[in-house]
Order: sequence, then structure tokens, then C-alpha cells
Amino acid sequence: MTATTTSRHDLRSLLHGLPGVDKVGVEARAAALGTRSVKSTAKAAAIDLAIRMVDLTTLEGADTPGKVRALSAKALRPDPADASCPPVAAVCVYPAMVPVAAQVLAGSGVHLASVATAFPSGQAPLEVKLADTRGAVAAGADEIDMVISRGAFLAGRYDLVFDEIVAVKQACGDAHLKVILETGELATYDNVRRASWLAMLAGADFIKTSTGKVPLAATLPVTLVMLEAVRDFRARTGRQVGVKPAGGIKTTKDAIKYLVLINETAGDDWLHPDWFRFGASSLLNDLLMQRTKLTTGHYAGPDYFTLD
Amino acid sequence: MFEYAPAPESRSVVDIAPSYGLFIDGQFEPGAGSFKTVNPASEEVLTEVALAGPDDVERAVAAARSAFEPWSALPGSERAKYLFRIARIIQERSRELAVLESLDNGKPIRESRDVDLPLVAAHFFYYAGWADKLRYAGFGTDPRPLGVAAQVIPWNFPLLMLAWKVAPALATGNTVVLKPAETTPLSALFFADICRQADLPAGVVNILTGAGDTGRTLVEHPGVDKVAFTGSTEVGRQIARSVAGTRKRLTLELGGKAANIVFDDAPIDQAVEGIVNGIFFNQGHVCCAGSRLLVQESVFDEVLESLKRRMATLRVGDPLDKNTDVGAINSAEQLERIRTLSDAGSQEGAERWSPPCELPSQGFWFAPTVFTGVTQAHRIAREEIFGPVLSVLTFRTPAEAIEKANNTPYGLSAGIWSDKGSRILAVADKLRAGVVWANTFNKFDPTSPFGGYKESGYGREGGRHGLEAYLA
Repeated sequence: MTATTTSRHDLRSLLHGLPGVDKVGVEARAAALGTRSVKSTAKAAAIDLAIRMVDLTTLEGADTPGKVRALSAKALRPDPADASCPPVAAVCVYPAMVPVAAQVLAGSGVHLASVATAFPSGQAPLEVKLADTRGAVAAGADEIDMVISRGAFLAGRYDLVFDEIVAVKQACGDAHLKVILETGELATYDNVRRASWLAMLAGADFIKTSTGKVPLAATLPVTLVMLEAVRDFRARTGRQVGVKPAGGIKTTKDAIKYLVLINETAGDDWLHPDWFRFGASSLLNDLLMQRTKLTTGHYAGPDYFTLD
Repeated sequence: MFEYAPAPESRSVVDIAPSYGLFIDGQFEPGAGSFKTVNPASEEVLTEVALAGPDDVERAVAAARSAFEPWSALPGSERAKYLFRIARIIQERSRELAVLESLDNGKPIRESRDVDLPLVAAHFFYYAGWADKLRYAGFGTDPRPLGVAAQVIPWNFPLLMLAWKVAPALATGNTVVLKPAETTPLSALFFADICRQADLPAGVVNILTGAGDTGRTLVEHPGVDKVAFTGSTEVGRQIARSVAGTRKRLTLELGGKAANIVFDDAPIDQAVEGIVNGIFFNQGHVCCAGSRLLVQESVFDEVLESLKRRMATLRVGDPLDKNTDVGAINSAEQLERIRTLSDAGSQEGAERWSPPCELPSQGFWFAPTVFTGVTQAHRIAREEIFGPVLSVLTFRTPAEAIEKANNTPYGLSAGIWSDKGSRILAVADKLRAGVVWANTFNKFDPTSPFGGYKESGYGREGGRHGLEAYLA
């Protein structure tokens, strides 16, 4: 159970020896947890926690330094009208934008994450991926969101995926490594569980659902399977790994469902921005809107919340 | 831990009258006496209901008899209209009914709202659909109703058991005298009001509240053509004796001690959910509860550790709180039975465990409990506890699992957890139980027949099969 378990056959028997996931059962469980009623003080605490867990993200071809500066400023102070509103966990941008964000975020405690390794497809030679990673870290990123080679994974070449993650982790140096499984392309929950274990065995600090660039992004059942994986992995190895659902989480209601999922699956230890993140952009404004509603008693219009 | 603030459903959505009469021939009438019904979560008296004596039974059976001819003469499509109407009213008033059911029974509002009430409406919709298709149901070209059906139902799913009994009886053209359980009469009385709201002809449905004596008088009444009972095996035996040698047709749905079998290739996380749902759903007050867990020895530690961790997240408390998973035990009497059998489990050497949980000081409560080290010889492995108490046994081979699962006088339900389809089919084929769930548990649907083997009773309710019990 160490990072030296690289033999193709060892990996295969380990990953295929994990208990299966029953699709109907896991979806029913996620739906049942989605009916939890989180109100008043619990809701207020949940909203602040969710804000502190946001990886405020922009990953567009059209990103400019101006846009990234605006986003970074918002990360530091999401609600300019309310100083009690906490900052988000991190800003997440493309490598080319890291220097811009780094200027704004320097010394703030808000992390700077960069996607790397030929995001979002991962279809580039390993050398290019490693250079991508080193460049982002050198420019000031302290968190790297890499993508796995889904092609290699689906072809059963777990060893290739494993070795790639190990190499990227090495290139990260001190930066935290989030490994994007792109669960929407893995097709089965069994694969999600196996990919989670594979990434953790190879040294991932976080496992992340999606790039946000394919139609099927984060879902509650997928996140549930990943939370079970990190829980079981810690029980077996003693090492705690974080979880980051990304893409498609747009409302406070959604975010709270994820917090309930953590609470009743992996437990308390994961209810912290060090161990759980939301990869999102529009989610933040809905959280702010609901936060304002709780403190003032009425909804403010969208113009009262800043554009990213 | 992320604590959820209290999220109580409002109890003001339902009006409970200070007293209720018997529902006979379309009217509420006083009975021979009265008794109180309490909220088991607080021991607060909810209201007073009439106690039906022999004269009341006489009048109710007579009302059902005179309503039978016109009701059974209606074209099936006309009877269907009434049933569809009742189903729709149940849906419209489901919030009231859910709150009422949780108040009177003690079950969590999440369950009455998300499980009981949708199933109740679904049963009426389903049997409404059969009413004009009876001659195509496979029971001959001209199936006839039996007449007056005496129906006695338990307290664990008061309204759902009413639906299971009343919907097929009415669809097939029978009339009904129904006795709800002594501790949970309110949703049946509420249903009487729904019958009036639906303009159901007087006398087609009659509801007599009372205790065991009322039920006995009813099933022994010579004017009754059919008896349907759900409840304990002991009372079922008495009923079978009393109707023996009469023309009365009988269906019994009695106790159970279901085996929930977890093989080593099971999807463990979902199996643990199924174990929890199997025994802690409805406080374990479920005749088909998976009260005997059979785990393959090679995954015993893993399953038990996961189960205990999961049990620690169960939220026990106020049934009206939307986040409650396990509610109150229905009565002091039932609580006593659960305690007695659990104590027997400890005395006989099984190891008892409950998660730390604070139980309310008022009302009837029992913490979710698991016994390990249980053998087939222990009382807790043989007797129906009808509470949130799980007995865990182990097995080594599929053959041993089947043998142990079948080694019980009961045979109502069973569960199998395995990723291997061929194994599921092979094992299910050999289990002597009316319902076998695969990779799920306590899943109900109006289209699916339900009933027992051996001392779990005879006859089927639900599905096409459920029509047979009400047709000649």
C-alpha cells in the first residue's frame, strides 16, 4: 500500500479487489441525504463553510489579466458590503494567468491553484505535462489540478496513469496535487472508486471529480463514492486525502447537500477547506445572496453582488 | 460534527378533533365506550376514539351487507372512478396524513412523507386500474366479489396496511369493515372522512375502532364472507381457528424473522445501507424486517465496522423533525417486549452494542441495537423482536447461508447482497420466503405481490395476485 506499488498486475488486482459499487444503491443513498433539511443557524454555518471551500475558478480561452485580477480581488473579499464574509479557499486559473493572480493574492492566505498537464484532455506527451506543471509552480501556484489520462485508465493501463501521477507529484514539489478523475468519462461507479484509489496510491493530495469541460460533471453519487474512498483509504493507510467536486454546482442548496454528504460519510475531519473544495464560479454569488438573505431577512437583487 | 438545527414539520397542518366516533354506513356514530390514543413520542393524549362493541359490529356488518349489492353491481369502470378519486384526495391531503401518521404512530415524518403516503396513493391508483379489467386478470371470465370483507390491520403502517386491504377489496366489488389497531386509529378515521369527500356510497367502507375484542367479534361475525388479517402469528392462529369450518375465506400476513445475507463479493457500502434500512426503517416495526444478518465470515470485520460507523450517524428523536431517521417505539407494551428479548440476548451470551445516542426522557424509545456472536440457538435469532434490534450471524459457504436463512418457522422475506448475478438467482431460488430482495431491502411497490411462507401466513397482497383474495 505504498507509492512503490507500480507493477501493472499488482495494481490491477488491488483495484479490482475493491468492493463493487451498486449503482441503484449509491444513487438512492445520495438522494436520501439530499432530503436533509438544513435551516437557520445550521444553514448560516453551512454557507460560511461553503464559501471558505470555494475554489473560485475561471478556465476560459478568453481569460485576460483584467478578468483574473477581478476574480482574485473577489476571492479575497467576496462580499465588499460585509466584512464578516470569509474569503474563499483558492483561485483556480490556467498556468498563463498564474503570475497575474499571484500578484493579487500574495500573502493573503488564499491559495492559488493552476490546472496543468494539458488540461482538460491530458492528451499530451508526459514531458509537456511536466513542463506545464513546473511552469505553473514556478510562477507561484501552490496547488496543481492535473488530469489523468482517461484513455490509459479505460484501456486498463493503470500503471501508466499511476506513473504519470507520481511524476507530476514530483514536479509539484511543495505544491498540493489535485488529481482530476473526469468521472463523467469513467462511466461507472466502480471505475470512480478504482480511479480514486489509484490516484491516492500514487500520491494525490486531493481527488477531484471533473474538469468542467465535459457534459457530465460533479454529481452527488460520484462524490459519495469518492468520499467513501478517502475514508477507507485513511483507515487503511493513515493518510488523509481531500475531495473536490467541480462543475455544475451552482446553488447554495446544492452546496449544502455536499456538506451533508461529507458529514454523514467521511465525517467531521473532512468538513474543512483543507480537505474539501468546491470547484465553481457562479456558486459563490448564490452563496452570498443566501448569506445576505439570512442576515437581512430579504433577498437582494443580482446587481448587489459583484460580477466575477 | 455539522449539527443540523431542528427542522420540525408543523403539526398545525392537521386538525385533530377532541373525539372520534365509529364510521358506520357513511356516518360517524358513538360506540359502546371510548379509549384514548397517545403520541408515543411524548405520551401526550392526542384524542379519544370510540370503542366498538358487539352491537356496533352488528350494525357495521349490516351496513356493509346492504351496500354490497349496489356496489358490486356497479360497472368496474364506475368503481374505478371512486378509487381514482380517493387516490387523488390522498395525494392532495398527504401532508396532513403524514403528520397525523407520525403523531399517532411515532414514525419519522421523512418516512411517512416519502415512503408511506406515496405508496398509499400508489396502491389506490394501481387497484383503480384493475377494477374494469378483472375478467382479464386470469381468474376466470366472470370473477365475482365475495361480499363483506372483515379486515384487521396492525399499527406499524396504519394507513399503508389500510390501503393494501381496502383498495383491492373495493376494486373487486367487495364492501369492507375495517378495524385499525388500538394504538393507531387516527389515519383510518381520517380516511373515513376521505371516503365521504369522495362521495363513496354509504356502507362500502366502515371503520370500527377498538381493541382485540372488537377485532375478534368482527372476524367471528357470521355475516362476514372474507377475513384479511395482518399482525402477529399468535393472533393469526386464533383467527384461523375461529374461521375454520365456516364459508369465510382467509388471508393472513403474519410475523417474520428475515435473513439478510451478505456475501463477500457484495457492494459493501450499499449492503450496509441495506442492512440499516432493513432493520432500522420504521424502528424495526416491520414484519419483513431484515432482523437476522447473515454475513460471510471473510468480510465480517469489514461489514461490522462499517455498520457500526453508519449506525452512529442515525438520528433518533422527534418524529416530526425532518432529519429524524429513527422515531419512537409505538407503545409501552411493544417497548417492553423489545427490552425483554434484548435482555435475553445479553443473558444468552450475545454481545450487545448501540451507538452513543441520547434518548428523549418522555415517550417510548429504544436505541438502535446490534447483537454479534449470535447463534441459531439464541432467542434473538428465532423470535420476532419487532424493534430496532439486529442479530448478526456468520456463514462460510452459500449452502450454509441458505440453510441458516431457511432455519426459521417464518418465511416472509429475505435479502441477498452480491455483485454476482448468477449467485443471486441461485440463492433466491432456494430461499423459502415470499419476497426475496437482491441488493436492496424493504422495497415495496403496488405491482408486486407480498406474502409469506410457513408461519408468516398465506395469501398474497399487491399486484395481480392480490386480486385473487377478493374474488370467487
